[in-house]
Amino acid sequence: MIAKRQIAQVESFGRWYFRRARLRWLVLVAALLFLNGCGGFQSVLNPGGPQSEHISRLWWFMLFVSTAVFLLVMISLWLAVNSRTKPTNSSPEKETVGTKGRKGLIVILATGVTVAILFAFMVDSFLVGRGLTAELERKQGLNIEITGHQWWWEVRYQDVDASSIFTTANEIHIPVGVPVTFSLKASDVIHSFWVPNLHGKKDLIPGKISTIWLQADRPGVYRGQCAEYCGHQHAHMALWIFAEPLEQFDAWRRAQIQSAVSPASASEQKGQQVFLSSACVMCHAINGTPAGANFGPNLTHLATRKTIAAATLANDRSHLQQWVDDSQQVKPGNRMPANKLRPEDMQALLDYLQSLK
Amino acid sequence: MYLRNLKLSGTSAALGMVAVLLLASCKRETRNFDPSPMGQQKVVMSDLQPGATKPSPERNPVEENATALSDGKRLFSQYNCTGCHANGGGAIGPALMDEKWIYGSEPENIYATIVEGRPNGMPSFRNKISDYQIWELSAYVRSLSGQIRKDVAPGRSDDMNAHPSEQRVERKTPEQSAIPKAAEQP
Amino acid sequence: MAERPQSLAEHAAQTDADRREIRELERVWARPPGIIGWFTDTDHKAIALRYVVTAFVFFILGGIEAALMRIQLARPENHFLSADLYNQVFTVHGTTMMFLFAVPIMTALGIYLVPLMVGTRDVAFPRLNNYGYFVYLIGGILLYVAFFLNTGPDAGWFSYVPLSGPGYSPGKRVDIWAQMISFTEISALCGAVVVIGTVFKMRAPGMSLHRLPLFVWAQLVTSFMIIFAMPAVMLASSLLASDRLIDTHFFNPAEGGDAILYQHMFWFFGHPEVYIIFIPALGFISSIVVTFSRRRIFGYTAMVLSLIATAFLGFGLWVHHMFATPLPQLGQSFFTAASMMIAIPSGVQIFCWIATLWGAKLNVKTPLLFVLGFVAIFVMGGLTGVMLASVPLNLQIHDTFFVVAHLHYVLIGGAVFPLFGAFYYWFPKWTGRLLSERLGRWNFALMFIGFNLVFFPMHQLGLNGMPRRVYTYLPETGWANLNLLASVGALILAIGVLFFIVNCFWARRSGVVAGDNPWGADTLEWSLASPPPDYNFFRIPVVEGGYALWDRSQEIPVVIGLSSTKRETLVTSVVDAVPELRYELPGPSLWPVLLSLATAETFIVGIFTAWAFAIGAVLTFAVFIGWFFGDPNYENVDAKEPPEPRDAADALQYLRSEEV
Repeated sequence: MIAKRQIAQVESFGRWYFRRARLRWLVLVAALLFLNGCGGFQSVLNPGGPQSEHISRLWWFMLFVSTAVFLLVMISLWLAVNSRTKPTNSSPEKETVGTKGRKGLIVILATGVTVAILFAFMVDSFLVGRGLTAELERKQGLNIEITGHQWWWEVRYQDVDASSIFTTANEIHIPVGVPVTFSLKASDVIHSFWVPNLHGKKDLIPGKISTIWLQADRPGVYRGQCAEYCGHQHAHMALWIFAEPLEQFDAWRRAQIQSAVSPASASEQKGQQVFLSSACVMCHAINGTPAGANFGPNLTHLATRKTIAAATLANDRSHLQQWVDDSQQVKPGNRMPANKLRPEDMQALLDYLQSLK
Repeated sequence: MYLRNLKLSGTSAALGMVAVLLLASCKRETRNFDPSPMGQQKVVMSDLQPGATKPSPERNPVEENATALSDGKRLFSQYNCTGCHANGGGAIGPALMDEKWIYGSEPENIYATIVEGRPNGMPSFRNKISDYQIWELSAYVRSLSGQIRKDVAPGRSDDMNAHPSEQRVERKTPEQSAIPKAAEQP
Repeated sequence: MAERPQSLAEHAAQTDADRREIRELERVWARPPGIIGWFTDTDHKAIALRYVVTAFVFFILGGIEAALMRIQLARPENHFLSADLYNQVFTVHGTTMMFLFAVPIMTALGIYLVPLMVGTRDVAFPRLNNYGYFVYLIGGILLYVAFFLNTGPDAGWFSYVPLSGPGYSPGKRVDIWAQMISFTEISALCGAVVVIGTVFKMRAPGMSLHRLPLFVWAQLVTSFMIIFAMPAVMLASSLLASDRLIDTHFFNPAEGGDAILYQHMFWFFGHPEVYIIFIPALGFISSIVVTFSRRRIFGYTAMVLSLIATAFLGFGLWVHHMFATPLPQLGQSFFTAASMMIAIPSGVQIFCWIATLWGAKLNVKTPLLFVLGFVAIFVMGGLTGVMLASVPLNLQIHDTFFVVAHLHYVLIGGAVFPLFGAFYYWFPKWTGRLLSERLGRWNFALMFIGFNLVFFPMHQLGLNGMPRRVYTYLPETGWANLNLLASVGALILAIGVLFFIVNCFWARRSGVVAGDNPWGADTLEWSLASPPPDYNFFRIPVVEGGYALWDRSQEIPVVIGLSSTKRETLVTSVVDAVPELRYELPGPSLWPVLLSLATAETFIVGIFTAWAFAIGAVLTFAVFIGWFFGDPNYENVDAKEPPEPRDAADALQYLRSEEV
C-alpha cells in the first residue's frame, strides 16, 4: 500500500515534470543546484572555520579547472563527430592516421596539459593538507574525547583538573576562535565523525585513537552526522556543534561540570525514584545520584540539550515521552528498550528529566 | 514407476528442505527490536527450594534468534552478570557453562531466576530489565553450556575471549545440582 | 560495403572433400543435446551466452534493488523499507552489481569473443570454463536464496569489520556474503586463466602481439589484474568467515588483530576491481570506434601501453578509500599522487579515440552513440575521481552521496554504457539478427538522460552533507528535493533499460537478418557466419595485419593439416604466434558440474559445520580422479609434422617458412 502510494507520488511528479518545456527544466535544475549549494548548517560549501575554508577553496579551484577540462573534451568530441566527411558505411581507410603529424602533436600536447593540471592539483592538495593541521598542532586548545557508540556520540571534555572533566552526549559546545582537538575512539564498530561546515571526516576505529583538529571562526550551529556505515541506525546518528563566544562557552562548561540538580517538587522526586528503580538506571548515569552506568548517554544535564536520540528528535516533553515509551518506533534497532510505565510514573519521570538543567 | 516415485520423493524432499531452511533462517535472522512491554513480569515463585520449578506456559520467544542471542551476550556483561558469574565460569556466583543447574535449565527457570532473584546473592531484576531482554539473557545463559542451536549461538566477541565462543561449545546434558556447600549461608 | 569479406567457411568449402570435412567437424564439435547437454557443454560461445544472460538477470535484480532504494529515499523519513531491509537491499545491490554482474559479464564477452578474434576453435581450458560458470551461478543463487529467506547480507558490499564480524552481525547473513565472494572469485579466476591461456597460446598464425586487437589486449590485461587482485579479497572474506565461525582473531584488536587490516585487504582488491570492470569496456570502445569510424585506431601502441599502465597503477592507489582512517599523512600523499597519475593513461585513451573519430567517415549507429555517451559521462566521473584523490577534499566528500555519484559515473558511464554499445554491436554475431536502431536510439536517449538525472544531483547532495548508506534522512536537512529528482531519474533510467529488453525480444523474432559482417568490421569474428558454427573456423586463418579482415589479401591464407576427426586446434608461440603444436581440446563432460557441486557443498555447508570441508575434500578428490583419468589421453602433436597432403600451397608455405 505504502509502495503504491510512493510510486504514484513519483509518477505524478514525473508527469508534472514532463509538461514543462525543456528549457524550463534546465533552469529548474540549475536553480536547485545553486540554491542548495551555498548556505546550510551541514554543508561542505559553507565553511565555518579555517579547515573547511581551505578545503572549500581547494574544491572551487578543482571544480573550475575540471569544468574547463570537461567542456574542452566535450567540444572536441562534438567537433570530431561533426567533422565527418561522408556519413556512410563505406570501405575502411587503408592507412593509419599517423601519430607523427599535427594530430599527434595535439594529442601529446593534451596529455602534457593533463599532466600539468594533475600536478597542480597534487601540489595544491599537499599544501592544503599540511595547512589543515600544521598551525593547530602547535596551539593547544580544548581537548574533547569522542566515543562512537551504536548509534550515538559520547562526548567527554578533558581537562588537566580531574574535577573539571565532564561527559555529555551528541551535542558539542566549542568556543569560537579556539583550536579544538578531538580524540576519536569507538566502543563497538567503526563510525566516522564529520561536521562538514568545520572539517572533513575522521574515522573512529575500535582499538585505535584518531585525532582531528578543528576550529570554528563564526559562531553558529553546525550539524554533523556519522559517515561510516555502522548498522541499523546509521542514518540517525547525528550531532550538533554549537560554536559560541568564549564567555558563553565557559558559562556552559561551568554548568555542565556541576552534578545534577536535586529534584524540587514532589513529582520530580517521584520521577527520580522511577528512574532509579526502573530500567533507566541500568544504562544511564545522572551525576549526583546512584545512577552511574555508561551504556547510554549521560543524562546529568539532559534538559539543557536541544535534541535527543542523537539529534533525531527535538528535546520536548512529547518527544521525550515517545522516546522513553517506545524508542523502537523512532529508531528501530537502537539499544534502548521500550519502557511501558504506568501513566503517573511516566509523567513524574518526564518532570524529573525535564528538571535536569 | 520407481523412477517417478524417486523423482517425486526427491522433489518433496527438496521442497521440505527448503521449507525447513526457510523456517530455520526466518527465526534465526529476524531483527526483532524489543517489542515487549515492561512491568508485567508475572512469574511468581513460591518454591525457593533447589530444584526445577514448574515451567510456566510461556516459552522463550527468542531461543532461535541470533540477534537476540547476540544482544543477550552484550547485556550479560553490560548488566554486570559477569560481576558474579565471570564469563560463565563462575566466581562469586555459580558457573553457567557447566552441566550443573541448581534451579533448572529450562528457559523459564532462568527467566524466573533473573526476575525473582535467588537466595545466597542473586538479586532480583524485576522491573529493571525489560521482559524481552530477560528472555535474551536466558537464551544466552543457556548457550553458555551449549543448549542453543549452533547456528544461532553467538560467535566470539571483539574482546579478550576467556573461552571458546558459544557456537563452538559442545552441548552438556543438564544435571540437577544442589547449592554448593561454599555458597550456603550460615 | 564494398569489401564485405566472405565467411572463411564459405570461402574454403569449395570441393566435395571440403564439404565432407565440414560435416566431420560438425559431428566432432557437435554440442551435446538435452538438459544433460546443457550441463556438460564446453562450447565457449554457449557458456559465454549463459554468462551474459545470467549476469543480465542479476543486473535487472540489482536494478530493482536500486529502484527500491530510490523509492525509499524519495521522501524524508519514508517508511517504504525498514532500516533492516534497506541495509540488506543496498548490500545486495552493491554485491550483485560488482560481483554478479559487472565482472562476470565482462569476462563473458571475453570468453565469447577472444577465441573468435584470435582465430581458434575454443578457449584454452573448455572444461574449466564450464566449471567457472556453474560456480558463479551457484554463488549468485546462494546470495538471492539467502536474500529471500531474510538472510541477505546487511553489512555493505565491503563488509567492514567489526560491523560484519561475529559480534555485530549475528546470524548467517555475512557468512553468506563471504562465501558468495569465494564463489564469484573462483569463477573470475577460472575465466582469467582461460582468457590468458587462449590469448597467449592459441592465436592464429601471424597474429603476433602487436597485431592483437585492442579488445583482446583489454581482456588480457584484465585477466592478469583478476589473477593478482582476487586472491586478496578471497583472503579477506575467508579470514572474516573464520573469525565469525571458528573464533580466529584476525580482526579483533583486543587480541592482536586489526580492523584496518581488513580494509587494506579489501581495497587492495576493491580498487583494481574497478579497473577489472572498466578495462574490458575500453576494449569494447576501441572495437566500436574502429568499426564505425572506418579507420584504424590512432596511437595503437599508446593505447596498449595505457591499458597496461592503468593495470599497474590500479594496484597502487587502494588507500584513497581509507584517507579518513588514522594513517600517516605522508603515506597518504603517495596514494594521492598515484591516484592522480592514473588519470593520465585514461586521458591518453580518450584523446586517441577523439583523434580517431576526428575527420573520419562516421557511421553513427547505436553502438557509437553509447560510446559517445560514455565519453561524456566517464570524463565527468574521471574528474570527480581526481578530486577524490586529494586527501583534504576526500575527507569532505568521502562516504557521501558525492562518492555515490562518482562511482556510478565511472562504473555506469565507464562500463555499462560501453557494455550496452557492445550488446548492440555484437548481438547480430550472437543471434544472427540486428537489434532495432530506432529502439536503440530511444534506449540510449532515455538511459543517458535518466542516468544524469539520477546521479548528477547526488554530487550536490554529497556536498550538502548527505552520507552514504542512510536508509532515510530528516526533513530539516533539505535533501528532499534533489533526492526526489534522483528518484524520478531512476524511473527514466529504468524505462531506458526496459527498451533494451524489449528490443532484444523483438530482435530475436523479427530483427533484420545480419549476415556475417553487418558493420564491415575488421576483426576475425566477423568473417564467420552469425551465429558462428560450433567449430568456429573451418580453416584457421593466417593473419596478415593488425586489422585481420581489412588487411587481408584477396585469397585469405589458411592453416591446413588440423585433424577434423578430433577437437584439434593450433597452439602457437606467445609473442609471434608461430605454430608449435596441434593440440586436442577436451570435449563435453559432466565432471565440471560435479566439481562445482563439490565446491558448493564445501562453501555452503561450511557455513554451518566444519565437517563440510572434510566431505568437500573427499568429493573434490573423487571428482578430480574422474576428471583426470576418465577420458582417453590426448595426443598433442608437433604442428610441423608433415600435414596431410592437400593443395593450399600458400598455407603450407607459411607453416614451413616459419621454421624456428
